[in-house]
Amino acid sequence: MSMRATRTVVVTNPQGLHARPADLFVKTATRFASKIELVKGRERVDGKSILSLLTLAAVAGTQLLIEADGPDAEQALDALAKLVEQNFAENEYMRE
Amino acid sequence: MQKLQGIAVSPGIAIGEALVMDTEGFRIPRRFLTRDAVDEELDRLRRAFAAAASEIEHNRDTVARELGSEYGAIFEAHLQMLRDPRLRSELDQMIRDRHYSPEYAISRTLRRYVKVFQSLDSGPMQQRAGDIFDIEKRLLRNLLGRRREEISSLTSPVLVLAHNLTPSETANLDRRYVRGFVTEIGGAGSHTAIVAEALEIPAVVGTGPFLSDVSGGDLVIIDGDQGLVVLHPDEETIARYRHEIEERRTMTARLESLRDLPAETADGVRVQLLGNIEFPHEVAHCLERGADGIGLYRTEFLYLGSDVEPDEEAHYQAYAEVLKAMEGRPVVIRTLDLGADKLANYSPDVERNPFLGLRSIRLSLRNLPLFRTQLRAILRASALGDVRIMFPLISTMLELRQAKMVVADVMEDLEEHGLPFNRAVKVGMMVEVPSAVMMIDHFVAEVDFLSIGTNDLIQYTLAVDRSNKDVATLYTASDPAVLKLIEMTVNAAGRRQIPVNLCGQMSGNSLYTLLLLGLGLRQFSVPPSAIPEIKKVCRSVTIGQCEAVAAHVMTLENARDIKSFLKEELKKVLPEMVG
Repeated sequence: MSMRATRTVVVTNPQGLHARPADLFVKTATRFASKIELVKGRERVDGKSILSLLTLAAVAGTQLLIEADGPDAEQALDALAKLVEQNFAENEYMRE
Repeated sequence: MQKLQGIAVSPGIAIGEALVMDTEGFRIPRRFLTRDAVDEELDRLRRAFAAAASEIEHNRDTVARELGSEYGAIFEAHLQMLRDPRLRSELDQMIRDRHYSPEYAISRTLRRYVKVFQSLDSGPMQQRAGDIFDIEKRLLRNLLGRRREEISSLTSPVLVLAHNLTPSETANLDRRYVRGFVTEIGGAGSHTAIVAEALEIPAVVGTGPFLSDVSGGDLVIIDGDQGLVVLHPDEETIARYRHEIEERRTMTARLESLRDLPAETADGVRVQLLGNIEFPHEVAHCLERGADGIGLYRTEFLYLGSDVEPDEEAHYQAYAEVLKAMEGRPVVIRTLDLGADKLANYSPDVERNPFLGLRSIRLSLRNLPLFRTQLRAILRASALGDVRIMFPLISTMLELRQAKMVVADVMEDLEEHGLPFNRAVKVGMMVEVPSAVMMIDHFVAEVDFLSIGTNDLIQYTLAVDRSNKDVATLYTASDPAVLKLIEMTVNAAGRRQIPVNLCGQMSGNSLYTLLLLGLGLRQFSVPPSAIPEIKKVCRSVTIGQCEAVAAHVMTLENARDIKSFLKEELKKVLPEMVG
């Protein structure tokens, strides 16, 4: 019962999607079975590949479309959108 | 395909595999795998990734323990990069389908990411390029392990690409396998240029940054005539350059037919063509071209190969080898010309302005044991053939007298020990500082010969650092002030009837041969490879012609007019030599 869903988010943390947020995004994405992709304008990258994510150069204010395709697509989008909206909860990240 | 324009410092064309010097000084080995090695190599790749990951975890834990967890976080990102599924599948595909070696695949792939990050506008993202280089090095170190090929023990030909080559780096390269050099920085007269010239291989410097566009093992073309470097050349370009290499072989063969003819002008005036050398093995290059002797034997390279100072025996062996091979022809040995850009080991402190610092004869006079060791070896070698001693960078009479006194002192010493040497050994100096030219009438009374070193003379006269690309264009042998100084020196030597030679890059450039003959020079010391060409020019002109050229040049006021006039004049005589 595969399904496809999308969600639009805006990067708000001041440093943008730099190494640590990207790492956290990938860590979250890989917890889900669904295929995750990120779309910025005409660019589309694999949401489970940190190198690809970094090539987006998503600075603060960038609008991103998260696209999930798979059995847990909705849950994945919830988790990822929350992560971005909460500025990648850097404090939580640092406790890891 | 990508073309880079740099400064041409040593002529010739080379096509070959790149050796990128920044990957911690080791070489990315062979580029392609055999089909049956693929699985094994994929396994090796997996092991290297696992080892790199555990190194990073270890670093993360150490840093987190010592500095706090937030500092360990960057290593989390590095680990995530190692785990990147895209990266792994790209690498697997390159190895499995294209049969790239894992080392080559890693370098190719990661450098592509580096390039993307470097092109991004945002600052923090550009810093990611540094992270990727870090990961590349870590993976390569793990992959190559003990098998990594040290650059000092290469096993196949390479073209060396580097940001900048230090003397010790070039000294440690296995020269038998180096076919060309490219450096991102540097100018004409830089260390790389001198070494390339000595090895008679093409070199291009000052290309600007490009090392992130190239991986070890990539095919590269170096065009040392045009100052061009071609990365990833297409088939057509390769074919064109292969053809060019063939043409040159024929041209060289034709010039070499001049070998046994004397260097003599059309009206019968004999010119001495001497070779500049660095290493004893270059004597062969000189003899092959029928050199009349060695006009400049640079001895710095005895000091550069290792951290220990060469002892008298090491000096003596090198000089003896050269003298025996030259069979009675003159060999001018220049005492050490270290310091400034050329060596760090003997310099006292970091100098703010090394070209005006403790270098050359100043360094020798300040380190007398070092100087005496070299002079003893030179004098002992004088028993074997026609040795001449030459002091570099003399700028005052006092310096010359001090240096001559040390020679006399060492002679006494040798005599006491009953060691044979030539008491009448000729002692001369280089003229490369304007102050020496201003006082040249005094100098000629106290030396047996002069040799004009144009490389330094130009830089000190025009106040231009030839390795600074922002001012390098101001550096030119055609400047009338430089020519005036050469003229003064030649005339002073003529009045005293002592020989005067011209070494430095200017003498090996056929553009200046007519002018220099016209100014009265009868001795040129040039890179061995330039001997046939200069001989050809000498044999094609009369002294009267040359004097007319010189007379006109000395009326001109700027370098550009002089250069274009000389070009026209050479074209009249030998159109095929003007590109």
